[in-house]
Amino acid sequence: MDTAEIIVTLTGLALVAFVVWYFFFSARQTASAVSSSSGVQEVDITVKGGYSPDVIEVERGKPVQLSFYRDEENSCSEEVLFPDFSIRRDLPAFKTTLVELLPDKPGRFEFTCGMGMLRGSLVVK
Amino acid sequence: MEPTTKTETLDIEGMTCASCASFVEKSLSRTPGVQRAVVNFATEKATVDYVPSQATPASLKEAVVNAGYGVTERPPDTSAAERSAEIDRQKALAYQKLKRRFGVAAGLALVIMPLSMLMLWPAAMERVNMQWLNYGLLLLTLPVLGYSGREFYSSAWNGFKHRAANMDTLIAVGTGAAFLYSLAATVVPGFFTRRGLMPEVYYDTTATIIALILLGKVLELRAKTQTSAAIRTLMGLQAKTARVVRPGGQEVDVPIEQVQLGDVVVVRPGEKVATDGIIEEGHSALDEAMLTGESLPVEKKPSDPVFGATLNKTGSFRFRVTKVGADTMLAQIVKLVEDAQGSRAPIQRLADKVSAIFVPTVVVIAILTFVLWFDLAPLETRLPLALVNFVAVLIIACPCALGLATPTAIMVSTGKGAEHGVLIRNAESLEKAYQVNTVLLDKTGTITRGEPAVTDFVAADGQNVGHLLPIVAAVERQSEHPLAEAVVRYADAQQATPLAATGFRAVEGKGASAAVDGQAVLIGNSRLLAEAGINILPALQQQADGLLAQAKTVLYVAVAGQAVGLIGVADTVRDTSAAAIKRLQALGLEVVMMTGDNPQTAAQVAQQVGIKRYFAEVLPQDKAGKVKALQAEGRIVAMVGDGINDAPALAQADIGLAMGGGTDVAMEAAGITLMRSDLQGVVTAIELSRQTIRTIKQNLFFAFIYNTLGIPVAAGLLYPVFGWLLSPMLAAAAMALSSVSVLTNSLRLRGFTPLKN
Repeated sequence: MDTAEIIVTLTGLALVAFVVWYFFFSARQTASAVSSSSGVQEVDITVKGGYSPDVIEVERGKPVQLSFYRDEENSCSEEVLFPDFSIRRDLPAFKTTLVELLPDKPGRFEFTCGMGMLRGSLVVK
Repeated sequence: MEPTTKTETLDIEGMTCASCASFVEKSLSRTPGVQRAVVNFATEKATVDYVPSQATPASLKEAVVNAGYGVTERPPDTSAAERSAEIDRQKALAYQKLKRRFGVAAGLALVIMPLSMLMLWPAAMERVNMQWLNYGLLLLTLPVLGYSGREFYSSAWNGFKHRAANMDTLIAVGTGAAFLYSLAATVVPGFFTRRGLMPEVYYDTTATIIALILLGKVLELRAKTQTSAAIRTLMGLQAKTARVVRPGGQEVDVPIEQVQLGDVVVVRPGEKVATDGIIEEGHSALDEAMLTGESLPVEKKPSDPVFGATLNKTGSFRFRVTKVGADTMLAQIVKLVEDAQGSRAPIQRLADKVSAIFVPTVVVIAILTFVLWFDLAPLETRLPLALVNFVAVLIIACPCALGLATPTAIMVSTGKGAEHGVLIRNAESLEKAYQVNTVLLDKTGTITRGEPAVTDFVAADGQNVGHLLPIVAAVERQSEHPLAEAVVRYADAQQATPLAATGFRAVEGKGASAAVDGQAVLIGNSRLLAEAGINILPALQQQADGLLAQAKTVLYVAVAGQAVGLIGVADTVRDTSAAAIKRLQALGLEVVMMTGDNPQTAAQVAQQVGIKRYFAEVLPQDKAGKVKALQAEGRIVAMVGDGINDAPALAQADIGLAMGGGTDVAMEAAGITLMRSDLQGVVTAIELSRQTIRTIKQNLFFAFIYNTLGIPVAAGLLYPVFGWLLSPMLAAAAMALSSVSVLTNSLRLRGFTPLKN
């Protein structure tokens, strides 16, 4: 094994470790919902290559209103799905789209883009 | 005193679905001074009745804005049709842009390819300066990256910032690596030659990959708009205006949003019914195919319900509005289909798990491929081989095919179902319907019509049916009893001469009496005649017993103190039942019947429609228990009911099918609602579910196999044995085709037609 091979092997393994850590194990951005005067829990979410924040904490039993602002034209994020709530919504580019739901049982509910590549979760407490 | 109200119509902007409409509606209704707010999603209009002293157009607008939507100021004559055309135009524009990006990439790739080939031709190599050629190729490739492929890089970067990786990540890393390597070989070729390497460039690979992936996207977008076509078609069905009769009697055309509960609307032949209501006067045949899938027009008379979006064929009629906006049948169908399209099928679970970790995993495999090739390949070719295989792995992997496999099929099939009057609650219901092996039918209202009809009309010796029928009809015409209505329907069908009856009197629980042509007429049960002291002759009684043995209800007829005839009334089997049951059995399902009738009647109906197994004398509260009993035998049960007192059984079954539009309770409990009162709908639902799940399985199989075979081949696993390597350009073609194939396979469901017997 020559020097170049050793360097390539070590760099490669380091990259693999980084990819695994970065995508699977690093901390996520979490946000808790803010309750408005009317008792609706509101959260603003920006959609650009992902959802930020991508973990949303809400309380059980109170209506939730999520405002998705899609800050890109990329077709990956053109739909958002909440399969546990039977919601499929088109997100027009550079517009805010509201998603309303009523979390009536606690748990962790995923929301994804149309193809399941972009992910976020709604944590109901 | 009720304060005078004003009506304002607002154009709402930014609503993307039916539930947005209800949200705007709620927000408006909460505004002080607002008495009524109706928001129509299809036309994007809100109609608000408000008290001018408490609310103003400005405060209404504020309420809409607070709800997160906008109010557009536009000339009032812009029609809904024009606006939907505007949305379509925007979509078309995005599509045009994508096509342009593809056009640029394809055009340049077509120039770059042959130029790159020059290198393979030694005679040309001698004449052309390699360095210059590479710079030329670089210049040609830059627009492909910067214009056509820019979105891949920005999307990959945005995703990376969110710790998310998607398909664009793979394309960006793959083409980016090929491009950067080529860039280095172009700018500092000495670095390569000093190490005994050919400074090879991969501009052709970079450009071709981008062109092919964009081609895939163009085809995908075109196909995708077709998957949601059903919803658009359904929404387009709504009438835009209604001809309302004002209190003064004049008829005025008003926009549909301004129609209110209790308004009387006129419908002329050839016109669309504006909204849901009940006919007040006139009669006609209506084409309800758009809602129920029933192709034959339905006859309607006063007090019959009519539904918005159906087509009036023959006569004119007036109806009183009972439902508007989101409460109408059409709006509910749209909502149901929308909900179903947003639901997730259990069959998708594995694909979901895989796609969650797919892209990072592929990146890891690609890196390992690079390392292994670099370490194991001969010194002089190790870098290009490592690079080419690294790129090929990234490009061939297609998470899209996995992601599209299930939802596209569900979208096409729920839309298709609605077209045939089969409303599927969610993807899980569709999957359950596929697994069913036993169909339990609640006899009344499903196999039978659920309403009595005259089956026998018997005249006593010396009497004449043709003479008796008009007399009987004259009396029964005055009664409101369901059995009497059945007799009148029968008489009308026989075109009996109309006679007049006087002195009509209903005898509770026994029958009715009246005078026709000066003769006293009694129609009712044997007690009615017995109490009047009328004797029933043995010959007639024998015939009555025969009818009773067939579980028919018997009405006795007495004229002028003498028993003269019998009428047998029974719930009759629908014309289509036997054929539909035969079809279900041909599909390999066991059909079981359940009824409250006695065993003899049950046996007779079962035999008539070809059912071998049945439960008789089932009390309403035991229906769910029978479903459980079948489930205990290890069967997967579909329960079909008309929704009257069988909601618990519908809920207990693995899949419940509510028939005939169903009651609200039944629709809640049922996974599938059949708009048409006909067992044929059950056949359609089961066949559709089978085709859909078959399509999904094909899609998932293809997507998994494609990736599990494609990735190792691209990594060069076959190289040691066969010497095969996959060119990244071929990988790009395969990847572009894979997601399009899955979509095309799902779109095949659009050709679904229920089999008719």
